[in-house]
Amino acid sequence: MQSYVQIENAGMVFNTKKGKFTALTDITLNVEQGEFIALIGHSGCGKSTLLNLVAGLIDATDGVLLLANKEIKGPGPERAVVFQNHSLLPWLTAFENVHLAVEKVFGGSETKAQLKARTSAALNLVGLTHAANKLPGEISGGMKQRVGIARALAMEPKVLLMDEPFGALDALTRAHLQDELMKIVAATKSTVIMVTHDVDEAVLLSDRIVMMTNGPAATIGEILSVDLPRPRDRLALAHDAHYHDLRSQVLEFLYSRQMRPKEAA
Amino acid sequence: MSAVNATTENLSEILSGEDIAPTTKISAAAAPARRTPYFETESGKRLVEGTVNLFKGLIPPLLGILLFIALWALVANSGKSIPGPSETWAAAVELFSDPFYNNGPNDQGIGWNILNSLYRVGLGFGAAAVVGIPLGFMIGRFQFLNQMLSPIISILRPVSPLAWLPIGLLVLQKAEPASIWVIFISSIWPMVLNTAAGVQRIPQDYMNVARVLNLSEFKVFTKILFPAVLPYVLTGVRLSIGVAWLVIVAAEMLTGGVGIGFWVWDEWNNLNVAHIIIAIFVVGIVGLLLEQALMLLAKRFSYE
Repeated sequence: MQSYVQIENAGMVFNTKKGKFTALTDITLNVEQGEFIALIGHSGCGKSTLLNLVAGLIDATDGVLLLANKEIKGPGPERAVVFQNHSLLPWLTAFENVHLAVEKVFGGSETKAQLKARTSAALNLVGLTHAANKLPGEISGGMKQRVGIARALAMEPKVLLMDEPFGALDALTRAHLQDELMKIVAATKSTVIMVTHDVDEAVLLSDRIVMMTNGPAATIGEILSVDLPRPRDRLALAHDAHYHDLRSQVLEFLYSRQMRPKEAA
Repeated sequence: MSAVNATTENLSEILSGEDIAPTTKISAAAAPARRTPYFETESGKRLVEGTVNLFKGLIPPLLGILLFIALWALVANSGKSIPGPSETWAAAVELFSDPFYNNGPNDQGIGWNILNSLYRVGLGFGAAAVVGIPLGFMIGRFQFLNQMLSPIISILRPVSPLAWLPIGLLVLQKAEPASIWVIFISSIWPMVLNTAAGVQRIPQDYMNVARVLNLSEFKVFTKILFPAVLPYVLTGVRLSIGVAWLVIVAAEMLTGGVGIGFWVWDEWNNLNVAHIIIAIFVVGIVGLLLEQALMLLAKRFSYE
């Protein structure tokens, strides 16, 4: 059986003012339906570029990307993106931000009442029913990110793409949202590809961790299967030997085998 | 009747009461019913504080204006050509006592002159907004159009407004539309450039949202472009109206007709310098009011 998301020998070369820059080379990755994949690597390793390739925001210069056996060409709502900095439209309320997406995806086939119900349900899923009529400027960073997640989930995407969704949040809020995301993903059985630079986040959330080598010409260095049983509980895992073993394998890859290249002075 | 009764009652009460006893001071202070003086209550304190702040805010500008008037009086006294503040004030009072008289096309009240100038600015500026704002949107949105038009804009923008007047007179054959044309061509650039800059500065994130959602060009415009660019548009509008009002005086001096610019020139020919100084103040104050009005509008539409 074919995998849900297939990335075959994908490469990305950017034309910059200083000439060609090879960001990614020879990426081959298959993602099954319902799988949670974490992309991890040092900054500048092209993990966001890989996510943008799947999103279709940029086109691969080499290789092929398929979603459900169809070639990925350009962005589309079946590959919803949760952006790093929430990217809510500041002049629309939380409800309107989510509704914009719902209207686009389901507007052709559903009534206005159904669209509104979908929007409310998505906000309810992330626990923001009370803030539906607030503008993004009036709510906290964590709430904004939750609206961003609600917007992506409301589109019922085939793949949910998350680009360091909790990177800008404080540790407590981040932990809280990770727990919520685990519950939501378990309930919706979503296929998720998430970019992160947080080792704990990767081990806690994902089924497989894709570790990337340093750029330029970055590629997949190693793929680690996280066979911890679900549902996972962060407190229990804190004392779990296997969890620590997985965690140290990622750390070992990142800090011993892929030492961060010395910063140019 | 009742009011009178009440007063009488109060009076008799006060007169018969013990308050008038020689120990008034002590009893008043000790009386439990003594009302807190207004300036010790919360709202009273706020009033006092507000008044103090108001005066603190007013003192520097007032001082500036007083110094300016003093300097003006000094200059006026040393020479004899420029009328002093009091002389000008007297002339202004006389002028504004009848602002809307009409003794034919060359002798009308100051009110008519201001309104005529505002009318021309409104037409020229309005036309510039109607053309300039959509043009700015298109230049910002389409790189090709931007590259096509930017050399032309770069050349035309720094041209002195009055250099456009002969072209206007030649093509339009009349003074009135020619001065409106000058307003149009000189006030269009800030709106074009600011709108275009606003469109280009829309965060890439918003456009990525639009791309992921596959929004139609119409939705992109109404939900993302327009609200994101509106503050930039209003900045352009504000700069433009300033330019338009700046240019109208010069344009009217050359084209004549009823208007504040022509009025200045007319008063110069009459050697009525006091009126020229009044005109300078009028132009300044009207310009300030126009800009303040647009600032309020801009505040109303900013989403942050």
